[in-house]
Amino acid sequence: MTAMCDVAFLLLAFFILTTKFKPSEALSVTTPKSVSSEAVVAKDVVLVTMDKDGKLYFSVSDENESEKKEIIDLVDQWKATGLTEQEKAAFVRPSSYVGVPFNKLKGYLGLSAEQIKAYKQEGVPIHDTANNEMMIWIRAAATAFEGQKMNFMVKGDNNAKFPSFKGVIDALKKNDILKFQMITDPENAPPGTELHRIQTARQPAE
Amino acid sequence: MAEMDTSSGGGHKKGPGVKKSKKLSTRVDLTPMVDLGFLLITFFIFTTTMSQPTAMKLFLPKDVEEKDQNKLKASGALTIMLAKDNNVFYYEGELAPDGSNFKSANFKDIRNIIINKKKTTDSKDFMVVIKPGPLSTYKNTVDILDEMQINDVKRYAMVDISDVELKLISASGS
Repeated sequence: MTAMCDVAFLLLAFFILTTKFKPSEALSVTTPKSVSSEAVVAKDVVLVTMDKDGKLYFSVSDENESEKKEIIDLVDQWKATGLTEQEKAAFVRPSSYVGVPFNKLKGYLGLSAEQIKAYKQEGVPIHDTANNEMMIWIRAAATAFEGQKMNFMVKGDNNAKFPSFKGVIDALKKNDILKFQMITDPENAPPGTELHRIQTARQPAE
Repeated sequence: MAEMDTSSGGGHKKGPGVKKSKKLSTRVDLTPMVDLGFLLITFFIFTTTMSQPTAMKLFLPKDVEEKDQNKLKASGALTIMLAKDNNVFYYEGELAPDGSNFKSANFKDIRNIIINKKKTTDSKDFMVVIKPGPLSTYKNTVDILDEMQINDVKRYAMVDISDVELKLISASGS
């Protein structure tokens, strides 16, 4: 009995210490699996989320408040959306994300946190190449992050259709960002394949 | 486990006049604590996320003028097209005008096809061209890019699908 309790509490301590609560995400996205083993960085991230319907959302990591401020200033300036300081602050707020076209941006940023949860966003328009709004967002981000490292990431849902992803790629290409990362779930290399051989050959050397 | 000292009456008879000192048990009931402990364990086991998400790097080719593009031997190319419902189509080399080398596959077979092609062609010329169709999903795209990593394909590119290929895909019933 005592031994079992000891083990149980050891386990308890382990799980308490290792657990890391997921920040409640308004966007639920099931990412695909890949054999890539690189961990995702959390800083200086510009993230485009793609939900299962292929709708796109733009967000920036919380650590980069000043860049977020600059991005929204630039967007406001370029698209003359007429945002007030308060509405801009709504964008700078932690874990904010935008999934509306520019003409609805003002109305969206004016909402309170509770209202946003209920608000159905239509995604940043992208399918029309002449009016690829994601391109503007990315350009604003690239300008704000100028001279420092920016990690551009795409987090897509398994069921998102390819044209949405294509729209993101086009937007990136137009901004000359040719290097980006896709967030995936880890998976082991299937045995018997080339990568598996490479990985197992590398292990003893390490 | 709950133990209370109820042995005041009865018990072994001491001699008359000997005051019996009441012994209090020092054992505490641990059941509720253990219960709570296990409850917490289950809670943390369920909420914990052990696997951190990983990132997959992708480098996009710069759109360059036709004449600057490095010409590879067409025969060394393997073109893989992604269609809806996880269907995969592929052809080796250049697409024959009558579409005779246009073949269908699925995500299970494509690995062997890539491996075979890799074996049979000169590594200088080997290249995989990925053409995701408009009805393929993001998962398909990531899967096929992953396949490049799994099979250690050094040279691959993501290209827009052409109308001819789209027609062939729809003609094959998908």
